[in-house]
Amino acid sequence: MKSGLLAVGIAMALAVPQVVTSEFWLGVCIAVLLSTLTGAAWNVLGGFGGQFSFGHAAFFGAGAYAAAILEMRFGVNAWLAFAAAGVVGGAVGFGIGYLSFRYGLRGSYFALITLAFAEVLRILANAADFTGGGVGLYLPLQVGVANLQFATKAGYYYLALGLGAGAILVGWMLERSRLGAWLVAIRENEDAARALGVDTFACKLQAIALSGALTGLAGAFYADYYLYIDPGLAFGPGISVEILLAPIIGGIGTVWGPFLGAAALRVAGELARRLMGDAPGLSLIFYGALLVIMVKFLPDGLIGLLDRAVRPRGIHAGGAHA
Amino acid sequence: MLGAPMLEVLALTKRFGGLLAVSGASLTVAQGEIVGLIGPNGAGKTTLFAMISGFVPPDSGTVRFDGEDVTGTPPHEICRRGVARTFQIVQPFGRLSVRDNIAVGAHLRLADRQAALARATEVGTELGMAALLDRPAASLTVAARKRLEIARAVATAPRLLLLDEVMAGLNPTELAEIVPVLRALRDAGVTILLIEHVMQAVVSLTERLYVLNQGSIIAEGPPAKIASMSAVVEAYLGHGAAQRLAGRAVAGAAV
Repeated sequence: MKSGLLAVGIAMALAVPQVVTSEFWLGVCIAVLLSTLTGAAWNVLGGFGGQFSFGHAAFFGAGAYAAAILEMRFGVNAWLAFAAAGVVGGAVGFGIGYLSFRYGLRGSYFALITLAFAEVLRILANAADFTGGGVGLYLPLQVGVANLQFATKAGYYYLALGLGAGAILVGWMLERSRLGAWLVAIRENEDAARALGVDTFACKLQAIALSGALTGLAGAFYADYYLYIDPGLAFGPGISVEILLAPIIGGIGTVWGPFLGAAALRVAGELARRLMGDAPGLSLIFYGALLVIMVKFLPDGLIGLLDRAVRPRGIHAGGAHA
Repeated sequence: MLGAPMLEVLALTKRFGGLLAVSGASLTVAQGEIVGLIGPNGAGKTTLFAMISGFVPPDSGTVRFDGEDVTGTPPHEICRRGVARTFQIVQPFGRLSVRDNIAVGAHLRLADRQAALARATEVGTELGMAALLDRPAASLTVAARKRLEIARAVATAPRLLLLDEVMAGLNPTELAEIVPVLRALRDAGVTILLIEHVMQAVVSLTERLYVLNQGSIIAEGPPAKIASMSAVVEAYLGHGAAQRLAGRAVAGAAV
């Protein structure tokens, strides 16, 4: 039944561009998939490993700038630059992870240091010449599949679908792997994990590098899709917040949570815009309120809600009813 | 002693600020033994364990496992070499099932998820937790949590098991259940060093005891001998207690 559900889901996902003719709604679908990708990336480190990053914009921006600079300044093929952006994102993740985990930063300290790293990168991108400074970078319009620029939104949709599905697959594999089991153990109790032979430093490094690589790909997609980036768009704290919202709302440390959260967030965001208008900052207030409500009342996210609805009472692994 | 020592602790010292937690403590454990480490609260037993298992680096002294110096080696590396510990204050992965908890330990030797889960089921069943395997660890009773600590450690396939008060807080029935479990482990070839307060269990399980008091080893020997040593009695009951007890015994004999 589960595989049947999955097959139907894949068929539906593939059919979307045929059914959804509105550019606007296809754009919404692309945004959901991109958010699924970043959310699943964040989930590798934050959801499975319990290391809450508030600075995933560092990887997103690194990927976006890597792709844009390689294409524009070095004339690298867009697809190669896209792949390189993943490597750069992973390397930035490794670097930040090495520095913070080496010195045992955990919890809110880790969250703060990642936020700080992203800010440093934003300021550097603002100051340097080869990043275009505060003006940002405009990628030249050269429509063609070889240049990773599609004539229609459907092309971008399929690329985003591949990326989003790939990121979900990474979570699925993680849930069935030793690294995943070790990361969850670290999340639940780091000392106990160490006592059982888990090299927590190495595990966290692998997680942050993987998470950074996936997020870097998302950044590159953003650059190739919108053809414009600037330091605020790439490295801004708003990006970090948007990235972590989807998995938290959907269900931390679950395979499908990032997708569910991304979809719910986008729908809720559109509704809020229609109801409250498009005043600047309003969306942030909305996100903030949503986050507080979720953490307070639904710590297991939407997946937890589904779980409770589907399963009979008493079997749910909440631990409260022993 | 039954041959070359598996674990050799030489003059370990640890100071926390002004507190001398462990002071020049030495002990040895030979392959196949069950050795006890007892002492009053605050004697430094858990600190000594923490140093052996790599969680706390000693200020001075040496830990040798299998003749190799492992002093200051990180915990996961010590575990990889075959020394597993439990925690006095149990540290379950609360939201994971009992099986998943044990599987984390099993993963040390088994990369494959299914193999680790199968091994976890095996170890859990051996330790009498078959009915609890799918329960979240947070829902377990104290006794079951202590057993889970042991199961997780056993799943790492250790050759030396460091058990930190796995019997504290258990009722007599639970105690009676856990003693044979530990014996079976020993019979399966696992050497055990255990910290314990429950003297009845210590006496019935161990071949040799070390007594730690105020950071120093003050006595060593078979349980029966230890129980009658005046230094040990005084460590628990206060200075002069041994004499007073002896005096009372003499007075009683005289009546």
